[in-house]
Amino acid sequence: MTSSSVVDSSVDVGPVAEIVAAHAPFAEADIIGSLQDLQERYGYLPQPALDELARLSGLPVAKFYGVATFYAQFHLQPHGKHTVRVCRGTACHVRGAPGVMDSVTRQLGVAGGETTPDMLFSLETVACLGTCFLSPVMLVDNKYYGNLTREKAVKILEVLAASHTGKGAAN
Amino acid sequence: MVKLTIDNRTITAEPGQTIMEAAQTNGIYIPHLCYEPRLKPAGGCRLCQVQLGDTQRPPVLACATPVSDGIHVITESDDLASRRRMILELLLSEHRVACTSCDADGDCALQDLSYRYGAKECVYGTYQHSDTGKANYTSLNRGIEYDVEKCVRCSRCVRFCDEVQGVCALTFDGRGITMKVNTAHGRPLHESDCELCGGCVRVCPTGAMRERGARGLGRHKDLTKVPTTCTYCGVGCTLELNVNPRINRVVRVTTQPGQGSNDGNLCVKGHFAFDFIHAPERLTKPLIREHGVFREASWEEALAKAGRGLAAARDQYGPEGVAFLSSSRCTNEENYLMQKLARMAGRTNNIDQCATTCHAPTVAGLAMSLGSGAMTNSIGEIKDVQTLFLIGANPTEAHPIVGLEMKKALRKGARLIVCDPRETWMARHAHIHIKHRPGTDNMLINAMMQHILAKHLHNQAFVAERCEQFDVLRANVQDCTPAVAAEVCGVEAELIRRAAEWYAAGTPSAIFYTLGITEHTCGTENVMNLANLAMLCGQIGKASSGINPIRGQNNVQGACDMGAIHSVLPGYKKVGDATVRAKFAKAWGQELPTNVGGRVTDFIEQAGAGVLKAFYVFGEDPALSEPNQTKVIADLKKLEFLVVQEIFMTETAKLADVVLPATCFAEKDGTFTNTERRVQRVRKAVEPPGDARADWQVLCDVSTAMGYPMRYANASEIFDEITALTPSYGGMSYARIDKTGLQWPCPTKDHPGTGFLHQGRFTRGKGLMHAIKFRPPAEEPDADYPFMLSTGRTLYHYNIGNMTRKTASITQKQDENFVEMHRADAERLGIVAGGFARVTTRRGALAIRAHVGEKVRPGALWMPFHFVESATNRLTNDAFDNITRTAEYKCCAAQVTPAHAETQAPIAPEQAVILARAIMNEEAAAAFYRQAAARLSDPVTREVLEGLMRDELEHKHLIEEFRSGARPLPEGDAFGGSLVESLGSPDFTPDMSPADAFLLAAKKEQLAVEFYEAWAKLYHGGPERDLLLRLAEIERRHKVKVENLFTNAAFPEAW
Repeated sequence: MTSSSVVDSSVDVGPVAEIVAAHAPFAEADIIGSLQDLQERYGYLPQPALDELARLSGLPVAKFYGVATFYAQFHLQPHGKHTVRVCRGTACHVRGAPGVMDSVTRQLGVAGGETTPDMLFSLETVACLGTCFLSPVMLVDNKYYGNLTREKAVKILEVLAASHTGKGAAN
Repeated sequence: MVKLTIDNRTITAEPGQTIMEAAQTNGIYIPHLCYEPRLKPAGGCRLCQVQLGDTQRPPVLACATPVSDGIHVITESDDLASRRRMILELLLSEHRVACTSCDADGDCALQDLSYRYGAKECVYGTYQHSDTGKANYTSLNRGIEYDVEKCVRCSRCVRFCDEVQGVCALTFDGRGITMKVNTAHGRPLHESDCELCGGCVRVCPTGAMRERGARGLGRHKDLTKVPTTCTYCGVGCTLELNVNPRINRVVRVTTQPGQGSNDGNLCVKGHFAFDFIHAPERLTKPLIREHGVFREASWEEALAKAGRGLAAARDQYGPEGVAFLSSSRCTNEENYLMQKLARMAGRTNNIDQCATTCHAPTVAGLAMSLGSGAMTNSIGEIKDVQTLFLIGANPTEAHPIVGLEMKKALRKGARLIVCDPRETWMARHAHIHIKHRPGTDNMLINAMMQHILAKHLHNQAFVAERCEQFDVLRANVQDCTPAVAAEVCGVEAELIRRAAEWYAAGTPSAIFYTLGITEHTCGTENVMNLANLAMLCGQIGKASSGINPIRGQNNVQGACDMGAIHSVLPGYKKVGDATVRAKFAKAWGQELPTNVGGRVTDFIEQAGAGVLKAFYVFGEDPALSEPNQTKVIADLKKLEFLVVQEIFMTETAKLADVVLPATCFAEKDGTFTNTERRVQRVRKAVEPPGDARADWQVLCDVSTAMGYPMRYANASEIFDEITALTPSYGGMSYARIDKTGLQWPCPTKDHPGTGFLHQGRFTRGKGLMHAIKFRPPAEEPDADYPFMLSTGRTLYHYNIGNMTRKTASITQKQDENFVEMHRADAERLGIVAGGFARVTTRRGALAIRAHVGEKVRPGALWMPFHFVESATNRLTNDAFDNITRTAEYKCCAAQVTPAHAETQAPIAPEQAVILARAIMNEEAAAAFYRQAAARLSDPVTREVLEGLMRDELEHKHLIEEFRSGARPLPEGDAFGGSLVESLGSPDFTPDMSPADAFLLAAKKEQLAVEFYEAWAKLYHGGPERDLLLRLAEIERRHKVKVENLFTNAAFPEAW
């Protein structure tokens, strides 16, 4: 009830066993790593998968939940297939980040912190991505896109979106 | 030792202690919020900053800095004060300062420190927490409430739940300013892993975590703390009843770290299960049966009738015609008086208490082997045990504080061997879990000893010096190899071998057992065999090493010590010994009876046989707690005269001719003796309800009425008589046991008490080894009854449940009977998890919910016995231990089938309509009580109304559950028109005066009672009927509550 995560009984928790096995013998130090693996597998941390992770690892589920809510990298809600992080640091700001953010927002139709209804993109803003020499910059999944303009940013997202329609929106 | 100064005072400290610990030990206060002596330092609140000598250097944290030689610690300075003030002002900016309406007012470290340092609320503005006004994980919980706006994020609750309780139900959710305490996924607390120990409430330094039930019932200054001893299990936790004398009510329970064997810890029963004290169901007046029904009577009349009836049976039928059942739930003083009453006024040795139901085999077995029938070590020694050997014990549920001490030992690296047919918490965390077949313990123990002897791992010097009959033992076990035992026990031989080797090699090892060992037809033999094992390895008579029965009831040890056993007098002096009898005859002024006497199980049989005519039952409910309930009740009905002294109308009391209203532990003075032989004070905290009187006074009056006058000025005087006649209690007095109690033997006024028994010499001289042969249980699975059923206790309830089931937060967690069975069996039989199963034995049948999993072995069933409406003892076998007549509750043959195979069929449309209407009605009732609560200002009235509201919501929930699992009604048993009519009762109108509204509410509650009762009649037994009758009973209670409110509460003219 206070949880923001969506309980999805259709989640297949089968793959959790592999993740736990990969960390055997499971210790508290494996919590972060196993959560990363879990998120890698599911795209977010579904509640049934977290419960299963706790059950199989023998650690209390509250320990996983506490860590998962502490770090910004973990998502308890279904997350977009791609994470778009637009930098709003000082360097990017003076070189046009507000415009980039504006066009990205319009293109995706969601605000920062939200996910597109087709679950393709989650948009986040970041205080600094540490690549000021590329400003203005955005990070899509693990790839940096620098020296952006409004148009370039939109194009990048369009291409990415098209790659999914082309494959019949795999996944 | 380390030498240092704190504020110019020179003190010494242990190396490795922190500055905070050294200060606390020496009574020096250093401000703190997140420090707690039982927890690892967190260093989070920064309030314990102190300066070391040179004030130019930055301060250090007292809670996280170890002491070192020669340091000069300064705890207060202008600089420190200003630092602390700033921290407090930052905390206050996030804190809803609501001391005027806060239950923690006067009992709040934040308030105290803010006052001390003059911290102001608004220096840094006020932060509105994003969760303000939102529901949280405690919103639906009836025991605990969490207020994020009063939380200082000290993490004491989160750390306690993890580090001490080992449960880790709580965590911090999020980070930074929006961080809050939460369960995983924000699950409602009662659906999380929480065990409701109340630890989070006890360690909270502010008003953020509180007991919901205490809300509005008194602040710190309104409450008196009465130190006393818990009334539940044999651990005997020290606790404080927080009493509001103005309303004569126990408001909450607290403890302090360092207090008692529990060191400030409590379990759910100790912390929450006190609502029974003030329950409306308490007996408040003596009752006399007349023309088959009870009527109220005066004490004079009831006492005269009780005395006359018992004396008449004694005079007419002699010592076999009367029997007395004392109570291990009651004080030493009362047990002493009861056995004295039996022997002097009743002139019989027919005296017993419920040790027969549980640990009589311990008393008998250990006395025969070692000379003393008690736990040999102390609770405080458990944490230093290196190899824990648990057999037939489930301490985390039945003795939770002993469980915590074992968890401490585990954290220190102890090895854990658990022999249990069930996967308990300890079994899940064991290094070796031997999941043997119920009733095969002696096979297992013999095989361990065989292996130890074969490998020469036994303590030869110990055996030679201190034991007798070693050859007998050796010859007995020589063919019982682990391979042979493995077959019988259904476990791997290798596990038995390893367990034997570990136990023998432990430095030290200790055995812990409870009713899994004793409640067998071979219970006493089981106990003696464990004594054999301990002696063989020399694992006894040392600190943290011995054989430890953990006693079940708060005072079952004391009841035995006091001689409430047919064969022994106080201090285990043998009744059969003429010199002993002469000594007591001199003290008591009358010859002692010489009949052999019997046990409670004998009494019931003899009542059935027409030999026993009059029975006086004090604080026990054999009609529910003894095996084969149907027969027990039939036998008890044959009595000519039955007196029951009780706090509630129990199943036994319902059969009585005279019922005497008794007092509970909070209403009288006395002593309890806990499992580690510690005699501790019980203190009167509140006045008893109605005309109820302290039990020791009632016992004196009954004895006097029977012709043997007894008079005492107070409980202390009785205790002095006990100590004069009981050598092991000889050195004790109320003054000496005032604070921490004393462990017997304590023979003289200067004796410090005894931590562990049998040092250097066994009580009986040399330890006696016995040849114990394996005998199977009296009833074993066969083609008709292919399962083995065991019974036991759960964490949340206590025995017959009539005390713990009065607490809403506990019933919210667990309120119905169930059977645990293995997944494979359930699948084979088509029983679904959470569905109903019918468990049948040769004695009876019950339809109850199935808990399906891997907790029990395939072929095994397990059930608790706390639920009167679904009495597990209808099923259990009245086969008894050959020595102590303790029943074999742990083994009987059973059959299990799916109950209501037709459950899956859709319910009839008319039934669906009624159910929907009932749900709507419950919703409407809840809404009414909620609105009424919001409009009335008196906190007590409001609390009652909110309680009613929560009940109604729970009902709604129950009916919804019912809808998903109920059987359709049998053909021809359709709902009658009257049932439907009672649903369409008149409704509240907006212009109704509060008084009229309450009258109507009472009327509606009455209609609800009739509705549920009429509905229940349509089911001929089964869980549906039980549930509906329970609903009717609660609605009846509601009606009384509403009527009381109508009479007593001050209503405004209009809403």
